[in-house]
Amino acid sequence: MDALAKERLIHIARGWYDQMRDGVVPFIRLPTRTKQNIAYDDTSEVWKYGEKESTRAATNEKGAVHLLKMAYVVWFLKKQLVENRSSTLRELYYISEGWKKAKFAAQDESNLLIEDLEIITEVQREAFHLRPEEDGASIFGPLRIRETTRRGVKEMHCQDDVGEAGYPIPNNVDNLEFVDHDAKFVVAIETGGMYARLMENGFDEDYGAILVHLKGQPARSTRRVLRRLNESLNLPVVVFTDGDPWSYRIYASVAYGSIKSAHMSELLATPQAQFIGVQPSDIADYNLPSDHLTEQDINALKAELTDPRFATDYWRTQINLQLDMKLKSEQQAFASRGLDFVTKEYLPTRLSEMGVI
Amino acid sequence: MVLAEDLAKQQRSISVAEFFEKNKHLLGFDSPTRGIITTVKEAVDNALDACEEAEVLPDIFVGVKKVDAEVYRITVEDNGPGIVPENVPLVFGKLLYGSRFHQIRQSRGQQGIGISAAVLYAQLTTGTPALVISRTGAKARAHRFELMIRTETNDPEIVSHEEVDWDRTHGTRIEIQFKSNLAAKKRLLDYLRLTAIVNPHARLTADIDGEVTTFERVTSEVPPCPKPVLPHPHGIEFGALKRIAAANTGTVEEFLIGSFSRVGKKTADEMIALAKLDPARKTATLDAEELKRLLDAMQSVRVPAPLAQQCLSPIGEDLICKGLEKEIQLDFVSARTRPSSVFGGHSFVIEAAIGYGGKIPPEGSAQLFRFANRVPLLYQQGACAITNCVSQVNWKGYGLSQQGLPMGPALIMVHVASTNVPFTSESKDAVASIPEIEREIVLVLQELGRELKSYLSRRDKKKQQDDRARAICSVIPEIALKVSEIVELPLVDTSPIEGRIMRKVVAKKRTIDGKVHIDVNNYTAKEVPLVLYNLSRDKAEDAEPRPDFVDEFDGEYNKVWRCVLAPGAAWRIVYTGTGDGSLDLRGVEDNVKVVVDLDV
Repeated sequence: MDALAKERLIHIARGWYDQMRDGVVPFIRLPTRTKQNIAYDDTSEVWKYGEKESTRAATNEKGAVHLLKMAYVVWFLKKQLVENRSSTLRELYYISEGWKKAKFAAQDESNLLIEDLEIITEVQREAFHLRPEEDGASIFGPLRIRETTRRGVKEMHCQDDVGEAGYPIPNNVDNLEFVDHDAKFVVAIETGGMYARLMENGFDEDYGAILVHLKGQPARSTRRVLRRLNESLNLPVVVFTDGDPWSYRIYASVAYGSIKSAHMSELLATPQAQFIGVQPSDIADYNLPSDHLTEQDINALKAELTDPRFATDYWRTQINLQLDMKLKSEQQAFASRGLDFVTKEYLPTRLSEMGVI
Repeated sequence: MVLAEDLAKQQRSISVAEFFEKNKHLLGFDSPTRGIITTVKEAVDNALDACEEAEVLPDIFVGVKKVDAEVYRITVEDNGPGIVPENVPLVFGKLLYGSRFHQIRQSRGQQGIGISAAVLYAQLTTGTPALVISRTGAKARAHRFELMIRTETNDPEIVSHEEVDWDRTHGTRIEIQFKSNLAAKKRLLDYLRLTAIVNPHARLTADIDGEVTTFERVTSEVPPCPKPVLPHPHGIEFGALKRIAAANTGTVEEFLIGSFSRVGKKTADEMIALAKLDPARKTATLDAEELKRLLDAMQSVRVPAPLAQQCLSPIGEDLICKGLEKEIQLDFVSARTRPSSVFGGHSFVIEAAIGYGGKIPPEGSAQLFRFANRVPLLYQQGACAITNCVSQVNWKGYGLSQQGLPMGPALIMVHVASTNVPFTSESKDAVASIPEIEREIVLVLQELGRELKSYLSRRDKKKQQDDRARAICSVIPEIALKVSEIVELPLVDTSPIEGRIMRKVVAKKRTIDGKVHIDVNNYTAKEVPLVLYNLSRDKAEDAEPRPDFVDEFDGEYNKVWRCVLAPGAAWRIVYTGTGDGSLDLRGVEDNVKVVVDLDV
């Protein structure tokens, strides 16, 4: 893996070297990374970058400095691979302090550049020995895993061998194996409060559910684990979030991949994942306590109507319904009908509607 | 009946002085703060007008000094022709006394109200008389007056009068004391700066409570003094016609030809025929009915436009630019003087200028400088026709953003010169909305807008070229360095890229391991003789080739090389040093020159 990553990195530099040797201003091509340029790939059933490409060339100062930064990062990553070291995205940003003109203005800039490199090299950043700062979320349920750590191989059961917080997903899930399980489906949950509620109510035991806490917008490692649970263990995945436009985007990134990382949708997205709730129709059906939509909420919903990932009848109906009601509800709003309502009534009903149980 | 009789006892005439005592705001004395500015403005206007008439280069001193907690003394002294002693009391001590009211020509002051109003204001707030010293020439001694105004009769009251020695050979000095404050100090300086801009032949010195500022002149040519002209038949009103007709001794035909401008025999006969009058009638015998017919006829007959050249004195495009550049640092300035034009029988000329960049604040609305007959207009910007015209122009089309007024680092100057500037009020703060004038202002601004746009697009193109030069000559070599290191190959030479893209003369300085390298490449198709200047702390004693000339100054060495570079040729200088300092290339035109310092 290291050799491949190193080779791909050198390949980029070699391209520039040859361009300059031939008297050509160095440039590089990349797919355009916008909502307008993601397309559904029928074979892999995920959303990927489309045909549109943009060229980064050193014909003006901004473009030239961008390529210079990329050259510095390539140089740094190659060195890191040769020396068998690793660093975090944040460390990379701080290392650039000493790169004069090639210094990054903000960490967003270096993060984006690393994603560009992943796209160009078709290798993930873990292969460059780069770790994200974000920690993966946690798992609780009838599942036995084996993890290869720096301090040896550990095997554990995600109900019996873990504490109340569950098993924390490591950054590099390549080191994780599923040994066996006794589950019927997976519930991915947005908030910690609901994750704890389901655990406390014994929902995992009663229904054979693996609970995965997403911690908001899920990290890459969390999304990869969901995909593998779905793909290799053949378990249905349902996503349970708040009933607002931002939470629908959490579902979309689990099911279809995110715009930022559409180059890795095949690894990260779980196309079979289904949205369980909170649906806008639930707000009315269950008379849930709700808040008024803000200006930003309304704009986000309208933007979703033009997002190709939400271009289905189901989502159009739900989003338009919500725009009519002008209301949103949190998942924990079900507590208004008693603490057991969500595990005894709502989820079983929805799961059987969806054909999961 | 009784009531009417009672009222009759109270009814009496009001003197002008009394009227203005109660209506100070009409003359610009609404507040003590503004009083200072109005006084200085009136005195300076008079001084400039007088100097112009005498054809001397104005040298004007303005002093504002605190004499008491709330009392300030305003002094304005000029080197004009002076005022004969008999007239001094009338000029400064009687409202509505002046030399220019009955003349048709461009002048700053007109009615003879301004300076005597200041005297009146002083008298009202502090009770002190105005001090005037005036001398008409080397042969006469100066006369010193202390004056007040009798408000009931609008007559001067001479408190004292004596002959004195004065170091000026000719000129006038006035000192007025009144209650005020210096809150408007900035505005006062603005007024003087603006006055200096539109009077580039004047030197103004201001001493504001000990702080001295001088606005130097940029030209030593006195502008020609506008000559009075006869009234134009289209610009006359009934009262004036009646007055001059009554004083006329000739026939109607002689009257028309002799008392009006641009009226010849043919035009006069046409008017008389239209008014159904006898050409041989004595003018003085015409009754009101006949005069009215004559007036109507005068208005309806076509008459050529009044001659503007002699009665107007525009500043001129060149002097406007010089005046602006002297006071404000600008990247771009252009001025236009429109051909003269007419409204209601009055000649006028519109001049305007646009400045951009430099020290103009980049944020907010563009600065707007309004002038009428070479006098800055400081107040009531919003009520002025000039402002309205500036807002009407679509500046977005000329590369400026716009919110009513254009925005950004721009200044717009508009000068209305006329034999009769139509103001909205007697305080002369705003030009009234006259369609002919507005049309000319919009036209001149559009002309200037096109020039601004072409400047901005040239500048953007240059910026883009500079940007490209920096990318190619400074960043790409660094990419080359890093990339060569990654692929572990010899440093790739980027000069082919430079040559192909730049087609310029490129000088580069780079310091590697204590050796300063200066490379000059001629990528143009022509042979280039050039001079290279390298100013730094390095002595460069081991320089190869040797500099043609070295000059030491304050621990810095200015090293100069001369060389002639053939098309495509490259030239390198190497010496031991730190590589600080600067590099410059001369003898090469700016548009083909690229100098890059890779050490910064």
